[in-house]
Amino acid sequence: MTLNVSHLSVHHGAIQAINSLSLAIPTGALAAVIGSNGAGKTSLLRAISGLNKASHGKISWMGESILGDKPEILVRKGISHVSEGKSVIPELTVKENLELGAIWRRDKKEMIETLALVVSIFPRLGERLAQRADTLSGGERQMLAIGRSLMSKPKLLLLDEPSLGLAPLVVEQIFQTIRDLTTSMRLTVVLVEQNAMGALRIADLGIVLNLGKVVAVDHAQALIDDPAVRAAYLGY
Amino acid sequence: MQLLNTILIGITAGSIYSLMAIAFVLVWRSTRVINFAQAGMALLSTYFGYEAVTRIGSFWLALPIAMLGGAIFSALVEVILMRVLVKHSSSGPIAAVAPIIATLGLLGLIRSVIAMIWGGQDLRIPPPVSNNGFTVNGEVLVFSPLKLLILITTFILMALLTILFQRTNLGLSLRASAYAPEIARLSGVRVDLTRTLGWALAGAAGAVAGVFQTVNGNGNFSPDSIEFSLLLVSGFIAAVIGGLDSLLGAVIGGLFLGLVISFVLIYLNGGLFFIAPFVVLLLVLFIRPQGIIGAKAGRRA
Repeated sequence: MTLNVSHLSVHHGAIQAINSLSLAIPTGALAAVIGSNGAGKTSLLRAISGLNKASHGKISWMGESILGDKPEILVRKGISHVSEGKSVIPELTVKENLELGAIWRRDKKEMIETLALVVSIFPRLGERLAQRADTLSGGERQMLAIGRSLMSKPKLLLLDEPSLGLAPLVVEQIFQTIRDLTTSMRLTVVLVEQNAMGALRIADLGIVLNLGKVVAVDHAQALIDDPAVRAAYLGY
Repeated sequence: MQLLNTILIGITAGSIYSLMAIAFVLVWRSTRVINFAQAGMALLSTYFGYEAVTRIGSFWLALPIAMLGGAIFSALVEVILMRVLVKHSSSGPIAAVAPIIATLGLLGLIRSVIAMIWGGQDLRIPPPVSNNGFTVNGEVLVFSPLKLLILITTFILMALLTILFQRTNLGLSLRASAYAPEIARLSGVRVDLTRTLGWALAGAAGAVAGVFQTVNGNGNFSPDSIEFSLLLVSGFIAAVIGGLDSLLGAVIGGLFLGLVISFVLIYLNGGLFFIAPFVVLLLVLFIRPQGIIGAKAGRRA
């Protein structure tokens, strides 16, 4: 189990977003975290990446406790978070957004190699390197956000609602890309999604959150087949 | 000939305002604070420059020393004062006002400390080259080798700053931290550090503005110099009409303001020159409230 969360609690003021939550995700797995609005999905992700402070509990990655580490430190440990809502910087060019992802490495040669790799994964970005990010379509922006994250050569990828606001066809592409990347780059991925069905279809592991707690963990396919989960989260 | 004179004087003074405006913009982009102590910092840096030039004798060594002193002082203000203030006034109307009031207090504090150390009398930084105007076709211009030197130096510094921001990793970190601190952090940028660095750069730019404002006048300065009040007002207004977020806007705003003041001085009435920047500010705010460089494009440089 590479990523271990145990008895984690996160508060936003008086509101408890995460309530003594525990979960474990094995190396190389794509875990889909689903649940209704306000279930604590985003809070969980932000606590893992260091953007949210936890009030209680433990988080460890590769056996090392990472709770309390800042995001800029965690990137250096291989944890990369693509935050909600097409997390790109509109004022920068596509190339600058990508370079930003590798900026902490200070290694120009490695940066150029990684850039070539990311462009080979997302050829559309390669055609638009000199354009400002705000000229991109929604799908391209999401590719750019994931591309920027890949520039840091992550081991653990935290994705917050990559499908948000995208056309169905584009959503399918993005999900397929996430699946392919997980396998080809041997990533461990935590995918938080409102689009529960889409996420479970590509995932190895499904985790259902409700009111800041884990209410179900199983193989993704098993969750899809579970009548209770279907009724509550998949809508049929 | 008078027209040429007016334009050249205006551009020279304007380039100094541009540097000051750049200082305002750099601080605004780092911390979202208007630093009214900027002129006080520039004044203090000018005293550093004065000490250096009296001891070493070389203006061109004293200038970088003043810049370094200004940068270090500015960085310390960010670390010791601003970081604490921003952390402890995180919500409500206090959060919006407290840091700005603090910079006003700091302005007063710097002036008092300067008066305690150096006294209130005029000190002098001699200009490095002649301030006697060039002669063209037998006519003597106001534009002098000194003014030419000021103009060239400010433009070189601005070019270096542009290269720093557009072509280096450090510049990318500074821009990313200014536009989207959270994404910058998630990409591994140490945003706190870049914030301090933004203040340091502002301190250095303000130092050059302070020293040049002094030698471009009669070389004399004191805590009560009218030149420094003008520098504060013009630098701030240039930054605002440039959109407050844009380095390019700050440069354009400064040059524009320099020209306006120069024309008012020479063609209208010398007594109006202090009001001119305010009139320009009001007009720009009426016509283009987002600044000369519009909101979106303004965040590029």
